Amino acid sequence: MKFAWPWELRRAGVLNMNKRNIDFIGRYNPRKYYQRVDDKLTTKQLALANDIAVPDLIGVVQEQHEIAEIPEMVQGRGGFVIKPAKGSGGKGILVITKVENGRYYKPSGNEVTPSEIDRHVSNILSGLFSLGGKPDVAIVEGLIQFDPVFDGYSYEGVPDIRLIVFKGYPVMGMLRLSTAASDGKANLHQGAVGVGIDIATGKGLRAVQFNEPIEFHPDTGKRLMDIQVPNWDTLLTTASSAYEMCELGYLGTDMVLDSEKGPLLLELNARPGLAIQIANGKGLLPRLKHVESLGNKFMDVNDRVAYAKVHFGAHADR
Amino acid sequence: MHSRKPFYIFVFLLVVLGISSSIYRGVEHRVPFLPGEQVNTWAIDAKVSFIGQGGESEVSLALPQDPAFEVLLEHTTSAGFGLAMMDDADGRRALWSKRAVLGQQDLYYKVTLVPTGISRLVEDIEPKTPEAPVWAATEQTAAQEVIDAAWERSGSNLSYARQLVTLVGTEKSQNLALLLTAQTPSRLFINLLAAKGVPAREVSALFLEDQRRRQQLVPFVEVYDQGEWYLFDATSGKEGRPENLLLWERQGKSVLDVIGGNNSQVSFSMLMETRPALATSIDMMETTQGLDFSLYQLPLEEQSLFKGILLIPIGVLMVVFLRVIIGIKTSGTFMPVLIALAFIQTTLLTGLVGFLLIVACGLMIRSYLSHLNLLLISRISAVIIVVIGIIGIFTLLSYKFGLSEGLTITFFPMIILAWTIERMSILWEEEGAKEVVLQGGGSLLVATLAYLAMSASWVQHWVFNFLGIHLVILALVMLMGQYTGYRLLELKRFKPLAGE
Repeated sequence: MKFAWPWELRRAGVLNMNKRNIDFIGRYNPRKYYQRVDDKLTTKQLALANDIAVPDLIGVVQEQHEIAEIPEMVQGRGGFVIKPAKGSGGKGILVITKVENGRYYKPSGNEVTPSEIDRHVSNILSGLFSLGGKPDVAIVEGLIQFDPVFDGYSYEGVPDIRLIVFKGYPVMGMLRLSTAASDGKANLHQGAVGVGIDIATGKGLRAVQFNEPIEFHPDTGKRLMDIQVPNWDTLLTTASSAYEMCELGYLGTDMVLDSEKGPLLLELNARPGLAIQIANGKGLLPRLKHVESLGNKFMDVNDRVAYAKVHFGAHADR
Repeated sequence: MHSRKPFYIFVFLLVVLGISSSIYRGVEHRVPFLPGEQVNTWAIDAKVSFIGQGGESEVSLALPQDPAFEVLLEHTTSAGFGLAMMDDADGRRALWSKRAVLGQQDLYYKVTLVPTGISRLVEDIEPKTPEAPVWAATEQTAAQEVIDAAWERSGSNLSYARQLVTLVGTEKSQNLALLLTAQTPSRLFINLLAAKGVPAREVSALFLEDQRRRQQLVPFVEVYDQGEWYLFDATSGKEGRPENLLLWERQGKSVLDVIGGNNSQVSFSMLMETRPALATSIDMMETTQGLDFSLYQLPLEEQSLFKGILLIPIGVLMVVFLRVIIGIKTSGTFMPVLIALAFIQTTLLTGLVGFLLIVACGLMIRSYLSHLNLLLISRISAVIIVVIGIIGIFTLLSYKFGLSEGLTITFFPMIILAWTIERMSILWEEEGAKEVVLQGGGSLLVATLAYLAMSASWVQHWVFNFLGIHLVILALVMLMGQYTGYRLLELKRFKPLAGE
């Protein structure tokens, strides 16, 4: 049990939970726009309207009796994802990667019976995964054909790229890779690997698992610092333009790389976590302050991305 | 960024208001600051006896009016007499009256007094300057010499009185011996003071001693100086108020007046009692009508209900502190407070064991229910019913085995338990047993700490008897809502970023 002194963390510019809540979320995220990110269906519709690429929408289940239509809905698809529209923290997401003779299989190879799927969707509709237990709808999405560039970097799960976008400027990025320890999930506190990504280049900077720096993926043994995220500029631009779309100042964008469609916006988060700082080995505060100091100077998406690459890249820190 | 000044001023005002109203409660209404405090009270009986002569008679008895004591209870016993209580320029007096009174009569006045700790006799109205007394020819010279000697050696009215009282009390000189043959020491003292225009009056006092009977009032002299009366004992020549002295009559009037009777006298008996300070101050508020807007006037059942409700702010404060400042994770924001409230009924150990038993059994049954593919609402309803069943079985079992602690298990809020079981079960499926133990343990830890805070006897005493404390809690909660610093557990979490 080692504790840091508060001033050490302050000097390192580490953003903490209370300050995030009061000084950033509270001040820059107007309550009335939360719906746009808390309801993934709304996010999806907004994204489509703003020409931001998202995973295919197969269908929406809004009523209990519509559950029976799911097999018909997913017919002819190799796989699909069922998720609650108002879920948080990745809760309630069911991924089916293989459909064979009317039988469903999870990425781990375990079978999911139709009745289990029914129950899962029924739970979603009852609001089990939504904030405050509000009734919810289930979204059925197409499976992402994830880009083989990450082959060997992730165990079972889809690697996703989290970017913190502040007032439209991408300020910090992280790649989340699932591991055997995290059971295919991308949550860092469950043992997923976080790789800090250089905003300027999309290159891996450093990686951590369970708060400890690591060099190689624990399951595949691949060197994590060698990662180069492809289509990096598109990713930055997509994330940055999410600001105009949802009008939230402090935003977490989660994206995945599809082998055919390129970067897809998976979801937006009005309360993104703080683990990204550990993955980057850097505090967020100096960059957030930097953006704040720009005032309300107008820049379009490309200007903002260019500005961020100059000022928040790894070379700028040196 | 808008200014936070109004916020801090508001919080400051809340704190000041809360603390000052609590201090007011403690000082003005003498609600004890600590629970279980005791006070000594005096129960005094005044017995008036006289022999009636057959005609109508009126008896007027002075009643105690001393800032050092407050009346808690008083009543009179007087068969066949009409009674009136008066409170006028002559002080408080009881007036008994009856048409035909013959033979030996006994009237009783009983009073319970609580010491206030105020020993000063402050006076707002300046008394009249007394006229110089007329001395008998034989005394004139002696008196004048005494007065001159004392006046010479004094600088103020008060020091003049001090000089005089020593002279009168010790009476070494011939002059004083002469003067005292004609007058009582008190009278003489007052006359000597009056000669220089110093207002003074004779008062009747009672020495309070436990279990004494047939006590008489003793004369004291009050001397006025600059807004205050000072007490002197002319007989002993001492200044000041002896301990356990009760001033019974302070207007310089007679203590007992009887019309239509003779051989009248009043005697006193007294008893010291020890009572809880809190009950005493509540009784006191009742007699002084200070109870107008307070929880004490509620029926007892509602009072005990409020005693529980008023503990919730303490639990909430603990939760805010542990989450915002320390950073402990709990499942459900204020569930720990509700569990802590249940712990208060069950006691801590029984509560913890009971909680774990119910949740463990509930989780097992819930895992069976999850195979049945029920809708969420009906599944939780089923869990509620099952929880009630589990509680029933545990209560019965513990009754059979003679474990009376087990019976308190019924105090757990069942709907909360059912939700807890449901959430834990989902958490188990989604994130594994480790997270269940982590969050459940966090909740129980917070509940235990909240319980410890809420069950402290002085906390329970304060939240109910000093309502101002809730304003302070409100201020603290609001202040913590502004805290943007690191949580204690974040210091550990972000340790890798602290640099070398």
